[in-house]
Amino acid sequence: MVVRVGDLYQALADHTRRLILDELTERDGQTLFEICGRLATRHQVTSSRQAISQHLDVLEAAGLVITRRQGRYKFHHLDTRPLRAVAERWLGAEPRQETP
Amino acid sequence: MRINLTSVYVDDQAKALRFYTEVLGFVKKTDVPTGEHRWLTVVSPDAPDGVELLLEPDAHPAAKAFKEALAGDGIPLTQFAVDDVAAEHERLRGLGVLFTQEPVDMGPVATAVFDDTCGNLIQIAQYK
Repeated sequence: MVVRVGDLYQALADHTRRLILDELTERDGQTLFEICGRLATRHQVTSSRQAISQHLDVLEAAGLVITRRQGRYKFHHLDTRPLRAVAERWLGAEPRQETP
Repeated sequence: MRINLTSVYVDDQAKALRFYTEVLGFVKKTDVPTGEHRWLTVVSPDAPDGVELLLEPDAHPAAKAFKEALAGDGIPLTQFAVDDVAAEHERLRGLGVLFTQEPVDMGPVATAVFDDTCGNLIQIAQYK
């Protein structure tokens, strides 16, 4: 699997984008409207809808968000696979036993 | 001055009347032929003399483009108040209504968003 690591870290560097991932963790598959509503009412994020849409584009480019069209609606889904690749890079695939 | 009437643009008035009365539970108030279409309004059974909702044809090409753009981003056209969003969501889901947003607690208000089958998204809101 090819991971665009640079994009990934830049995507995670932004506070609002991390909040979007938090909200998608709570409930996967949200419209832009729902994401904007959650950010505004739960996190006092006052960014415009256009700004949130651009944040979602960055998350999508990093492979953290996948968009799905269902009928006339577009839903955003969380994809944690790139994060798993990060964990494996430094932590290894298997947790090592501590030796005292 | 007071608000007397508000509108939703529907793709088919007969279908809209069925959905807004049989599924949502509004009652028909006015139904007058106006050439190709009808002057067709519904009201809440709780407020028969309150604000009327006009089921207005979306025949104008701009109306269709507007509806498509809103729906794509999940943005509701209008909002109706309910006493209990979770209960109403459960009731409507049982009747086959599609929700684009399940009930979410948004602080002073709980909301959900559903498809009215006539091209619009409608938000229901419970104010605490």
